[in-house]
Amino acid sequence: MQLRMTGAQALVRSLEEEGVEIIFGIPGGVLLPVFDVLYDSPIRKVLTRHEQGAAHAADGYARATGKVGVCMATSGPGATNLVTGIATAYMDSIPLVAITGQVATNLIGTDAFQEADTTGITMPIVKHNYLVKNPADIPDVVQEAFYIARTGRPGPVLIDLPVDVSRGELKYQRRDHPVLPGYKPTLKGHKKQVRLAARAILEARNPVIYAGGGVITSGASAELRKLAEENGIHVTHTLMGKGAFPESHPLSMGMLGMHGTRCANYAMCETDLIIAVGTRFDDRITGKLSEFAPKARIIHIDVDPAEIGKNVRAHIPIVGDARQVLKDLNAAVREMRSEVRSPDRSEWHALIESWREKYPLAYDRGSGTLKPQYVVERIHALTRGEAIVCTEVGQNQMWAAQYYKVDRPRRFISSGGLGTMGFGLPAAIGAQLGRPGEVVFDIAGDGSVQMTIQELATAVLEGAPVKVAILNNGYLGMVRQWQQLFYHGKYSCSCLQRERTPDFVLLAEAYGAKGIRVKEPEMVDQAILEALEAPCPVLIDFWVDPEENVYPMVAPGAPLYDMIGDLLYPVDKVHPEKAEEPFL
Amino acid sequence: MKHTLSVLVENKPGVLARVAELFARRGFNIDSLAVGTTERPDISRMTIVVDVAEHSLEQVRKQLHKLINVIEIVDLDPEASVARELVLAKVKVDKDSRSEVIEIVDIFRGNIVDVSPESIIVEVTGSSRKLQAFEDLVRPYGIKELVRTGKVALPRGK
Ligand SMILES: Cc1ncc(C[n+]2csc(CCOP(=O)(O)OP(=O)(O)O)c2C)c(N)n1
Ligand SMILES: [Mg+2]
Repeated sequence: MQLRMTGAQALVRSLEEEGVEIIFGIPGGVLLPVFDVLYDSPIRKVLTRHEQGAAHAADGYARATGKVGVCMATSGPGATNLVTGIATAYMDSIPLVAITGQVATNLIGTDAFQEADTTGITMPIVKHNYLVKNPADIPDVVQEAFYIARTGRPGPVLIDLPVDVSRGELKYQRRDHPVLPGYKPTLKGHKKQVRLAARAILEARNPVIYAGGGVITSGASAELRKLAEENGIHVTHTLMGKGAFPESHPLSMGMLGMHGTRCANYAMCETDLIIAVGTRFDDRITGKLSEFAPKARIIHIDVDPAEIGKNVRAHIPIVGDARQVLKDLNAAVREMRSEVRSPDRSEWHALIESWREKYPLAYDRGSGTLKPQYVVERIHALTRGEAIVCTEVGQNQMWAAQYYKVDRPRRFISSGGLGTMGFGLPAAIGAQLGRPGEVVFDIAGDGSVQMTIQELATAVLEGAPVKVAILNNGYLGMVRQWQQLFYHGKYSCSCLQRERTPDFVLLAEAYGAKGIRVKEPEMVDQAILEALEAPCPVLIDFWVDPEENVYPMVAPGAPLYDMIGDLLYPVDKVHPEKAEEPFL
Repeated sequence: MKHTLSVLVENKPGVLARVAELFARRGFNIDSLAVGTTERPDISRMTIVVDVAEHSLEQVRKQLHKLINVIEIVDLDPEASVARELVLAKVKVDKDSRSEVIEIVDIFRGNIVDVSPESIIVEVTGSSRKLQAFEDLVRPYGIKELVRTGKVALPRGK
């Protein structure tokens, strides 16, 4: 069946066929044909207050639901405002389709009003992008964009749509399958490699599983848990992998890396076999690369072949979808168990237990002051660890990661790769709209939240009752921490002067949200409960200890065993000269 | 080490920009890049000469493969492939040197494609090494302008 329609109609129709339920965005001149058609579509339109908010909200929606998030912006400044959000999604492999308006095709290249080379600007931060020049291409382009965004290693795809293409006419025709001769992700792991990996697992004395966001993306948690439980292997996860394996599980060692647990980091230094799943050996994980996991052979399972061998040599590379590969791997291990003698792992388990016992995450509970860690612990307790937690970036993010233990996937949402301040609030709104029945928190920093605070208006108007818990330390806290540790305590441009501005409670109320201020530990529970009961968005301004630091910590460029500062190991071992490249 | 990659890509606008941008972003050095049509109108072939260590060659290939429009990448074995390059050189000549230059061109089986009183334009094809030798020989006469196409190559046989 062929229907004549306009490009804008074809776009909206294609979005509907892809099952899109919600679009976040802001209209503008060249997008008006599209918004005109959207008006009559059942797709929910969420008008954000900044395009960055639209991109992050679509991203948060995608992370919370596993579906493709969609955002829209007009040409020029609308598109450039999306850029941070697209880059954030790219770094964390989040499926996103961004649709931007573009000036008419005959004006492209003339520096027309609100013209920007959007496909050029976004080329390095998208999985793929399109500049549509012919209305007839729209159905295929949309179909391809969604397919590319959600398959293989997911990522953002951008469609740039000139206004005359939206207005032009076509005969609507949709293919059964997208035609992409150069795109065939490998999903099934190589059989021989899987058997090699199975043997290595059975033969290992001190194995660990290192789980990343890919486990969550591919829905591999159940298979990962089988691998761990059936073989008695401890698991550590990255920030992106939080929720891939239950943190309350006896085999969980918690997060690894720069602000990971000592237990997890020490285990990486001693292990003889790393089973890395859906993760990419980022510098925040490995510490000093040349001293990373010196005793280990590495099994690296990832759907993106380019990640294998990029930073660390893999002894047994397996390209494939994590769930599929782990399923095959579990089967192979079971099959080979009778053939291969496994060494006794009791000593290794005892060692891990001793680290765990000796080095729990700790902070000063007796200070009488309001500690940010305590706030996160109380949010965890009062939501029974069941909330969807988004974070901003900085200390708040690390405290949320350390103290909000998550047992299920898609419940911890954070900008890991790009580290985008301002991500949390709009992401929380997107997550809330995607999962309306859930409690959604944004554990925020006073600095970060001000980068996208205007999205409170979106939350209020869309009825997204997100809870924003600001760990207000009056500083760009993580910057201040680095200045304290590595720049002789010179707090250059990191103090936010919370006594003077802003009054977050008044600000929340100005937006029509509820604002609560908490300065004493005794008031924490009451405020959280009040927020949980309120049917509207609530902002709680927790005035926490301004100079609290995130510990333990691997200084940038230091090896994983060299962790500084917690109660048992006070900050006396800081070697600023070890910080090869101190950057945030 | 130098490697010659033969890359088949979809013949779509912007593909060259994607490839060039990828090389720039990932810090890979391109020695030369030649792009042109193939026997199929929907497919173009890029011949890219990169100068990288073995480890990063693997990265170059894998990263290139991630581009949606890239269909196939072959790392051409110099023994099992044929490679050619073309040079156009405008060489300074006068009545004394003209015949010497023409002799050199003949030795290299080149063609003279333009003649003027003070210079000639010469076209030579061959391996990069041959073109280099030619260039070195005519340089003393004075090269006014020169352009090389970059290498194009095909695997032998089959
Ligand atoms: C958009 C952006 N700009 C700058 C930075 C660098 N940066 C990293 S953490 C941080 C401080 C964040 O302050 P705040 O939100 O108050 O969090 P805190 O560390 O105090 O918890 C800064 C400026 C960043 N990550 N993102
Ligand atoms: Mg702060």
